[in-house]
Amino acid sequence: MQEKQNISAFKSETIELVNKIINRYPEGRQKSALLPILHIAQAENNGWLSTGIMDYVALLLNLQPIEVYEVATFYSMFNLEPVGNCVIEVCQTGPCWLKGSDEILAHFEKRLGIKPGETTEDGKFTLKTVECLAACGNAPVIQVGTDYHENLTTEKVDELIEKWKAENKVSHSNPYL
Amino acid sequence: MARKILLHDIDVANLTDFNVYRNLGGYTAVEKMFKNFTPDQLTEEVKKSGLRGRGGAGFPTGLKWSFLDKKTDKPRYFVCNFDESEPGTFKDRHIGQLNPHQLIEGMILGSYALGVRTAYVYIRGELFYVLKIIEKAIEEAYQNGFLGENIKGSAYSLDLYCQPGAGAYICGEETALLESLEGKRGNPRIKPPFPAVVGLYGCPTVVNNVETIASLPWIINNGAEAYAAIGTEKSKGTKLISACGHINKPGVYEIELGLPVEEFIYSDEYCGGIRNGNKLKAVIAGGSSVPILPAELILKTAKGEPRLLSYESLEEGGFETGTMLGSGGFIVMDDTTCMVKSLLTYARFYHHESCGQCSPCREGTGWMENILRRIDTGKGSMKDIDLLVHIAKHVEGNTICPLGDAAAWPVASAIRHFREEFEEHIKLQQCRFTK
Ligand SMILES: Cc1cc2nc3c(=O)[nH]c(=O)nc-3n(C[C@H](O)[C@H](O)[C@H](O)COP(=O)(O)O)c2cc1C
Ligand code: SF4
Repeated sequence: MQEKQNISAFKSETIELVNKIINRYPEGRQKSALLPILHIAQAENNGWLSTGIMDYVALLLNLQPIEVYEVATFYSMFNLEPVGNCVIEVCQTGPCWLKGSDEILAHFEKRLGIKPGETTEDGKFTLKTVECLAACGNAPVIQVGTDYHENLTTEKVDELIEKWKAENKVSHSNPYL
Repeated sequence: MARKILLHDIDVANLTDFNVYRNLGGYTAVEKMFKNFTPDQLTEEVKKSGLRGRGGAGFPTGLKWSFLDKKTDKPRYFVCNFDESEPGTFKDRHIGQLNPHQLIEGMILGSYALGVRTAYVYIRGELFYVLKIIEKAIEEAYQNGFLGENIKGSAYSLDLYCQPGAGAYICGEETALLESLEGKRGNPRIKPPFPAVVGLYGCPTVVNNVETIASLPWIINNGAEAYAAIGTEKSKGTKLISACGHINKPGVYEIELGLPVEEFIYSDEYCGGIRNGNKLKAVIAGGSSVPILPAELILKTAKGEPRLLSYESLEEGGFETGTMLGSGGFIVMDDTTCMVKSLLTYARFYHHESCGQCSPCREGTGWMENILRRIDTGKGSMKDIDLLVHIAKHVEGNTICPLGDAAAWPVASAIRHFREEFEEHIKLQQCRFTK
């Protein structure tokens, strides 16, 4: 483990957290830490998982790189392409649709000038559609980083966009901190 | 007012703090457990209570525990299923976010009964902010001697950890969850062997839903008989119903099982009626996977009896005229709702969430989504309706895990009950509701 810690991808506090997480599993089962570590890696790598950062995670957990790739490609929260600073995820499943998620999505598209899956030219915003976020009682719902924004209206969307623009919102940060 | 077991204290300020929970009688069930119960007696008590799994399948909890393989000398595991990804379901988040110690106390009770030394809460990755609330509560439980070595001076020790998923509905299926917890893709395993014999890391494992586990402290504090006295013959206790859609008061409600659906929808204690005084059109009563029912059949069974919120009453009439309690995700639609578009969103969901292992599910969910999209955009033909029914029939029952069924039932039931609307959509080549 010693030499691996010298690779400079993670800060030493992050390595400490990684080791704490690995210790939650029995001897030899450090692969169990893969999902939590990938969340951290993505946050520390501008919100997406490059091959380089996945190889580094493989090294940290003593896995073959392919074991990391096959997992990263399975889960929808992992971005395999670069994303904007602020990733906006709009729920579109039945319960949100009943409460007007189509209008919310259309409003984001209009305001940002992009379609789902795209990033604004200035690299500030990425728009994504997602499936049910388990907040259906407060539909329509979006997720930005670890924050939920619920009971949305087009006015609230305008306010949020203004706020994010003003503060240069970055949605990816280590979710454990 | 209905009796509250799960949500009794939910509005108390700072309930997530250990001391607040403790002062309300929290963790007394753990103390009582050490005093009055051996692990096997605790399992018996849960059996007697009649508690059934609240994750969707409704399997008797005590019975499931008794299947745990206790003959091997391998470690055993207890895992809490906090994947909560079934559309319309948002009840577990309510507990995790507002009363995490109730869940932790339940985890201690279950782990003790099962002889478990290490337990995990697997929570969907989107709910990271809830994971942090639970992790903080776990830390407090350690500090106060309710977790860790020799809990409260007993010989029993338990470690409890929280694990995030990363966006995959299929990881709610218990064997996919275990794969995911092992750091792999969430591909469901072929059963048997069941997790009770070969579970996490190949060891005997029990997976239970958040709400199931959070019900345990009350059962131990008040006794199995008291729990079994609530509800109906086959549906004991209380159930969280997360109600959403076109109702005046969406939210999470605790009901005594057996409450009439009509009262649940229209009374001010619960949903408060349909928005804008509109007419009720349809309800998906137990999360998106269960068959949709039109207003007539959700309020009354085909025999004309009032429909109740219980396992047996919702199942009355089978799939022809009934449905299921499922996860308790209660999605209400008024008469402005297009059934084609509604169904399309669920078809897209199941297609997106299929893990891809079985061809009927992987291909069938995609075909159903495509055909529905065709109908929705006015390009469908009459043959498409029977084609959808045909595909649904061939996906159902032909897959490794029940996601295939879960994708097929909404399609089959929507066409069964709203066929004219699909026909009209195709004839008009557009939607009567949105155009
Ligand atoms: C596709 C699919 C998704 C599921 N999602 C969940 C879920 O999010 N939460 C849950 O508790 N159970 C879910 N289940 C049910 C679990 O497989 C399992 O039956 C349950 O966790 C057992 O706990 P219980 O007996 O306490 O209900 C799902 C099942 C399937 C087939
Ligand atoms: S039914 Fe679907 S989700 Fe389940 S194992 Fe097969 S392909 Fe995967």
